[in-house]
Amino acid sequence: MAAHTAAMSMSKILHPFLGGRLGNTAKVFGRTLSSHKNKTGNSPPPAKYGGRHTVTLIPGDGIGPELLNHVKEVFRFCCVPVDFEVVHVNSAVETEDDINNAITAIRRNGVALKGNIETKHTMLSFVRWLTFVPSFVPLCLLMSVGLLFISDTTTHLYANVMHCQSLPGVQTRHKNIDIMIIRENTEGEYSNLEHENVSGVVESLKIITRTNSLRIAEYAFQLAREKGRKRVTAVHKANIMKLGDGLFLQCCREVASDYPDLTFDSMIVDNTTMQLVSKPQQFDVMVMPNLYGNVVSNVCAGLVGGPGLVPGANYGRDYAVFETATRNTGKSIAGKNIANPTAMLLASCMMLDHLKLYDYASMIRNAILSTMNETRLHTADLGGQGTTSEVVQSIMRVIQSKGSLTSEL
Amino acid sequence: MAGTAWRSAILNLLKQWGLSLYGKDKIKAQEVSQVVGALKKESLQPRTFTRGIHTVTLIPGDGIGPEISTAVMKIFEVAKAPIQWEERNVTAIQGPGGKWMIPPDAKESMDRNKIGLKGPLKTPIAAGHPSMNLLLRKTFDLYANVRPCASIEGYQTPYTDVNLVTIRENTEGEYSGIEHVIVDGVVQSIKLITEQASQRIAEYAFEYAKNNQRASVTAVHKANIMRMSDGLFLRTCREAAEKHKDVKFNEMYLDTVCLNMVQDPSQFDVLVMPNLYGDILSDLCAGLIGGLGVTPSGNIGANGVAIFESVHGTAPDIAGKDMANPTALLLSAVMMLRHMGLHGHAQKIETACFDVIRDKKALTKDLGGNSKCSEFTDAICQRVRELV
Repeated sequence: MAAHTAAMSMSKILHPFLGGRLGNTAKVFGRTLSSHKNKTGNSPPPAKYGGRHTVTLIPGDGIGPELLNHVKEVFRFCCVPVDFEVVHVNSAVETEDDINNAITAIRRNGVALKGNIETKHTMLSFVRWLTFVPSFVPLCLLMSVGLLFISDTTTHLYANVMHCQSLPGVQTRHKNIDIMIIRENTEGEYSNLEHENVSGVVESLKIITRTNSLRIAEYAFQLAREKGRKRVTAVHKANIMKLGDGLFLQCCREVASDYPDLTFDSMIVDNTTMQLVSKPQQFDVMVMPNLYGNVVSNVCAGLVGGPGLVPGANYGRDYAVFETATRNTGKSIAGKNIANPTAMLLASCMMLDHLKLYDYASMIRNAILSTMNETRLHTADLGGQGTTSEVVQSIMRVIQSKGSLTSEL
Repeated sequence: MAGTAWRSAILNLLKQWGLSLYGKDKIKAQEVSQVVGALKKESLQPRTFTRGIHTVTLIPGDGIGPEISTAVMKIFEVAKAPIQWEERNVTAIQGPGGKWMIPPDAKESMDRNKIGLKGPLKTPIAAGHPSMNLLLRKTFDLYANVRPCASIEGYQTPYTDVNLVTIRENTEGEYSGIEHVIVDGVVQSIKLITEQASQRIAEYAFEYAKNNQRASVTAVHKANIMRMSDGLFLRTCREAAEKHKDVKFNEMYLDTVCLNMVQDPSQFDVLVMPNLYGDILSDLCAGLIGGLGVTPSGNIGANGVAIFESVHGTAPDIAGKDMANPTALLLSAVMMLRHMGLHGHAQKIETACFDVIRDKKALTKDLGGNSKCSEFTDAICQRVRELV
């Protein structure tokens, strides 16, 4: 089951020397995961004390730190009741202890805003860590007892949601794009189970489970209904991977039958990419497994104007992490004040929506959109010559001119 | 004159090897073929068939296949290309032992001619046999799928400066077809990457770049996530790059390639990648230039076999109505001519085709016009005559 897979992956993480698959040696006790009647993002915002929320902030690498500083600046300016707890996880992290501390901080606060972290090829990527964190049993206890106890309240950040929308002020080849992409975040091709049985022959396993597929499909349809969307498209390659993607597709169909108000159809991934570059307006909500999600979300981000404009969010049952949609660290433009702050600021607005601070969210969002309309403020990735600080200053000016904020506390 | 040149070359080589055609050192048949093979230099270089007519196996296919094949044959005749067509059918038959295979006369023809041109084949659902494309791939070990994508002037798409080639490993990777149900509700799919196949495709990519005057090769991978499998692929690409220092090599993550491809496709040249990424990216690039109706494609196999094909479907709804667009098959045939070294004819036919599309006077329905397939073909023939 998914718990078993999670257990295997966790044991791999905790016992790096053993490598391989510990399926035989680690005893796994787990309650079978009951079907989640999972509602999207309505878990009460945790860590709220005295009316102020605490959010974990992970600056990351590359342009992450400077952009998150700008976010802090804008929040301070708007008097947003959010305090940031900064946790440093980046490619300089050497041991797994630091990562564990970061995860504990996220668990404590329940919400995080994250810059992109470069994946060192030797350590498991931080995002992978986030998706497989067991909830409350201390890890040292687990290791000493030699057992892994996975309860059914895991912090799997199982849904990655990205909203690609054409922004009016940005010149792109295609107009009027409005696509929501929901990508399964925990399994599929990114299971990290690889082995070399014979020298020169490597096998990599792609795992698809019924539980996770049902869960992500439920999430997608719920979200589509909440946002008033009409059509959900499942992207797959079931003509070749008949069992794997076939299972995914079957689960989507099952969930679709519970939502007769929404149209459901499916499309093969190569046809999808072809349609995306010729007629992207036909897509509404798309749901897909991990790898195709990676490809399609990057294609869509490129279509609406680039990685600097699109925010992304990772939702689990109890936790949420917000970041830019495409996980590029932007090493080459770090520290030069030319990065586009839009994606990170829009991600922080998504976070405010999650914390139910809707007024602040729409205030900042509207300011961002009206700033985008001014071409002379476009940063280098949009073909302009503006600097990051100019854009942020302009956003704050727009917020100020709208009045209202400082009097509302 | 040419014949005696060949003969003396063979005799010289034989003398060099201490063999002779006469007397007690009479050589055997295998040795002769070895010599001939050495002379022909079995390599991935475009073969020179400048002497005489070359025979090519033609597989018309289903649906619109026959009519577009006829169109291509007509254009080649007008262009006076030294090609003789040998038509074969490839419906699957069940051989001894119940194993599905292609008809033996098709196989024999392909093995003899080494070059093939194929129209679209339909895969009937629940027919009991695997898809024909898969059978062909397995029979001839077609390990590389090459798709050159260049923007067609005259067929407007939002992307005007595309000029790249995708080279996709066609035998293993995610499409190995090995899947099992571990427990009810958990399915495992195996992605297989082998050093041998990766080496083969990497070598081919660099050879292709060299033979077609391409400046750089980019390996597309996801080795940060799939460390061992894509890591192996990447390593073999790097090793091949070491051997071909005259071609630039760089590597890029799949998501970065996708992101940049839709923003600025002009930055890419030759892309080499494993099976799944290749499938997605090659269709993405086809979409950039206008779709599968105008995209050529070639499959390179072991032992010098090469099958060029159109990758669109059989379009049963317009079959037989003289509405089909032969551009994809025609451009694939042009690719075939280039592979054989007949660059002059290839250039002529390609220019004629692009000129007709640019003129916009006789376009088929999918290209935005109202003409019939035969009218489009005649327009190209006319243009070819003018260019001769």
